[in-house]
Amino acid sequence: MDARRREVLKTGGGVSLLALVAAAGWLKPGDALAQGAAWNKAAFETHSLDETMKAFGGSAPAQSKDIAFVSTPDIAENGAVVPVGVSSSIPKTESIAILVEKNPNMLAAVFDIPAGTDPAVSTRIKMGQSSNVYALVKADGKYYVASKEIKVTLGGCGG
Amino acid sequence: MADPMKIRANVVGDSTEVKVLMNHEMETGQRKDAQGKTVPAWFIQNVTATWNGKTVLNAQWGPAVSKNPFLAFKFKGGAKGEKVQIVWVDNRGDKRTDEATIA
Repeated sequence: MDARRREVLKTGGGVSLLALVAAAGWLKPGDALAQGAAWNKAAFETHSLDETMKAFGGSAPAQSKDIAFVSTPDIAENGAVVPVGVSSSIPKTESIAILVEKNPNMLAAVFDIPAGTDPAVSTRIKMGQSSNVYALVKADGKYYVASKEIKVTLGGCGG
Repeated sequence: MADPMKIRANVVGDSTEVKVLMNHEMETGQRKDAQGKTVPAWFIQNVTATWNGKTVLNAQWGPAVSKNPFLAFKFKGGAKGEKVQIVWVDNRGDKRTDEATIA
């Protein structure tokens, strides 16, 4: 009788432990999945404009003069904080992406612009060294790009 | 839990201008510490701004966004006294929601 009681306790304990593990296991991939859906991992790991375009599922972007860099310096003193503003006057702008050519991963940020929001955003990015910065705009399903060279006096990685 | 964001929302003409300063390390995963070990990446991945239950901006960020990120944008509409809500989620699953009143 006693031995059996031990057994029951053991299995009981085992089951609850399993359930716990399962619950914990379920929660984590679930969270990761929810995030993964909203965060384009492939695009953030690209090293060239072509690769990024592939990750976005778009064709080569057309050069556009309707994309402007707003309050973006030609020379940035500190690469860790480079103010970049992008504004697009292309109708039906859906998203704006900021890419830095010589950063370890090119893509810095993507902004989805819902209808009613001005197609203009500004933020601050890190730059490892002087480089071309691209503003990639998706408008009406097509991609457009503009670039600007920013010289960095002090790199964002302390170089 | 991370420190609160600073959000300022102002009516400019028929639009609302929103400026946000977030408090976040934004570690790139490229840096090494004194022992030569890589500091793991830790950065905000998603930022969502809503006004009156409507998404006015949705952003995906990589680690190349500066430490303590700044974000400015403008949307049509918005009146004094209404609320703008900003939510960010980082790659560790940490989340922060803050609200500001349009002035």
